[in-house]
Amino acid sequence: MLDRFRFVPIRLLQSIPVVIGVTIVVFFMVHLLPGNPALTILGQTATPERVAALNTQLGLDKPLWDQYFIFVGRLLHGDLGDSLTYQRPVFDLVAQAVPITLSLLAYALVLSLAISVPLAALAATAPGRVRDGLVRVFTLLGQGMPQFWVGIMLILLLSVKLGAFPVGGYGQTPAEHPYYLFLPALTLAIAMSPTTIRSLRASTINVLGADYVGTARSKGAAGVSLFRGHVLRNAAIPTVSIIGVNLGYLVGGSLVIEKVFAIPGLGSLMINAIFARDFPTIQAVALFVALFVIAVGILTDVVYTLIDPRVDLSSKERA
Amino acid sequence: MTTAAVATATRAMRRPARSRSLKAWYRNGTLVAGLVIVGLLVLAAIFAPLITHYDPIKQDLQNALLSPSADHWLGTDKYGRDVYTRLVYGARVDLRIGFLAVLIPFVVGSVAGALAGYFGGWGDTIVMRIVDVFFAFPFYVLVIVLVFVFGSGEKSIYLAIAAVSWVAYAKIMRGELLVAKKQDYVVAARLGGMSHGRILLRHITPNVLSQALIYAMSDIVLDILAIVTLGYLGLGIAPPTAEWGSMILDGQEFITTFWLQATIPGLAVVVTSLGLSLLGDGLSDLLSPERRK
Repeated sequence: MLDRFRFVPIRLLQSIPVVIGVTIVVFFMVHLLPGNPALTILGQTATPERVAALNTQLGLDKPLWDQYFIFVGRLLHGDLGDSLTYQRPVFDLVAQAVPITLSLLAYALVLSLAISVPLAALAATAPGRVRDGLVRVFTLLGQGMPQFWVGIMLILLLSVKLGAFPVGGYGQTPAEHPYYLFLPALTLAIAMSPTTIRSLRASTINVLGADYVGTARSKGAAGVSLFRGHVLRNAAIPTVSIIGVNLGYLVGGSLVIEKVFAIPGLGSLMINAIFARDFPTIQAVALFVALFVIAVGILTDVVYTLIDPRVDLSSKERA
Repeated sequence: MTTAAVATATRAMRRPARSRSLKAWYRNGTLVAGLVIVGLLVLAAIFAPLITHYDPIKQDLQNALLSPSADHWLGTDKYGRDVYTRLVYGARVDLRIGFLAVLIPFVVGSVAGALAGYFGGWGDTIVMRIVDVFFAFPFYVLVIVLVFVFGSGEKSIYLAIAAVSWVAYAKIMRGELLVAKKQDYVVAARLGGMSHGRILLRHITPNVLSQALIYAMSDIVLDILAIVTLGYLGLGIAPPTAEWGSMILDGQEFITTFWLQATIPGLAVVVTSLGLSLLGDGLSDLLSPERRK
C-alpha cells in the first residue's frame, strides 16, 4: 500500500526547480519596475536619504546575483522583509491572512461539490434531453460571468433585497465566520462548478455505460443508491485532477472576491499592497500563492492514488 | 487500373466527405449562434456612433442618475452619462483589447511549444520548466502584479496577458507536436529529405494548429474577464473611458438604489463570453469532430 505513495518524495524533489523558478520570478518583479525601484515605490517627492535607505533595505545597491542570493537566504529563514506600509514583518501579515483565505477556499470547494455533483448527475442520466441542455446553459453562463460581478449580484439579491446575508466582512467571532463567508464562498463555488460539472458529466456517462453498472442495475440498484454505491466514486476519479488544477485558478479568483466582500485575507492584503506600492508584501503574497499551487498539485496526485487503488503513479515514476 | 484511374477513384471517394464538412458549417447550430452573437457585438462596437447619439464621456450633472426612459434606455450614471451609450462604447474597448491580447501569446506560445515538441532535448526541458513555473502562479495574481509593474494602460494589459498566457499555447502545441512528429506523413517527409523548417511549416502546422485555435476562443473569454476584472479593481483602462469593468465598479456604489448600473455591464460581459464560448465549441466540432465527446 505505502509503495504506491513512493512518488511523493520524488514529486517533491521534482518541484525544486519549479520552486527556484518561482523565487526568481518573484525576485525580478521588483526589477521590472521602470527606473529606480526605490524611487518608484516611494514616489517623486521622496528625499534622497529615504531613497538611499530603501535601496539598502531592498539590497538594491548590490550586484543582481548577490541580491538574489541574499533574497533566497532570507526566505530560507522565513524572512520576507518588512511591509513598507505597516512597518511590520511581511511574514506576520501573510500568516494572519492565510487561514482566512484557506477557509474561504475550503468552504467554496465544499459548496461547489454540492452544486456540481447533483447537476452532473442530472445531466449525465439524460444526455441530450432538456435537463442536460439546462445544465449546459448553466455551465456556459458560469464560465462567462466575471467572478466579482457574480459576487455583486449575490449581494444585490441575497443581501440587499432579501436581507439574508451580510454585504461584506468576515464576522467577529468564529461562529459568525461561516455565515459571513457564505456569499463569497458561493461566488467562488459558482465560478468553479462549470469545469467540474463538465468533467463529472462526461465521466459519469462513461461509467453508466460500463458492464458493472448494468450488473448492479439488474440486481435492483437504482437511483441514489446506484449512484452512491457504484457510479460516483469511479466517475469522480478524472474529476479530482480537474478540481486540483481549478483550485489553483480559484486562488487567483478568491483574491478578487475578497476585495468585493471586504474579507481581510491574502487578496485584500495583495490588492491594498499594490495601491500602497508595498513591494515586499506583494512579493510575499505571490510567493505564498505559487507555493500553495505547487503543493495542491502534489496533493491532488495523493488524493487520486487514495480513491483509485488502480492508480500507481510510483511505478510510472520508476519507468 | 492505371495510376490516373486510381487517383480519380480516390478523389471521388474523398469528395463527398470533404464537401459535407464544408457544407455542414451553417448547419452547426452552436457555431452559427456564436457567430451571430459575436458578429452583432462587433458590429455594435464598430458602428457605436451610429446607434447612439450621446457622448460616452461628456458629463451632464443636471441629468445624473436618471431611471430608464425613452431618452435614456438604461438611464444615466452619477455623472449624467447615458449608460446605454457607455455600454456600446465599452464594447469597443473590451472587445478590441480582448481580441488583440490573444495574438502575441498565441504566436509566441505556439512557436515555443512547437519547437520544443518537435526538436525535444535541452530546449524542450528548459521551455517546459519555464512553463511549469508560470503555471504555478494563478492567472490573476501574475496579471495584476505585472499590470502594476508595467504601469496602468492598454499596453501594459497586452504585455501582462502575453507574459502569462503564452504558456497554455506552448503546452498545447508541444503535446500536439509530440504526437504529430511520429505520424507517417512526417516520417515520410523526413525520409524524402525535406528540411525541418519546411516540415514544421508546411506539413505539421496545418494539421495541429486547430487545437491552439480552439483554445484561443476560450482564451479570449479569459482575457476579456481579466480586462474587466482589472477595470473593476481600478488597475485597467483609466476613467473616464467607457469600459465594462469600471462601469461595474461605479455602479456598485448605487447597488441599493440604482442596481441596473452594476448589473447591465456584467450582463454585457456574460453575453460576450457566451457568444465566444459557443463559437469555440462550434469551431471545435468543425475542426476536429473526432475529438468531441
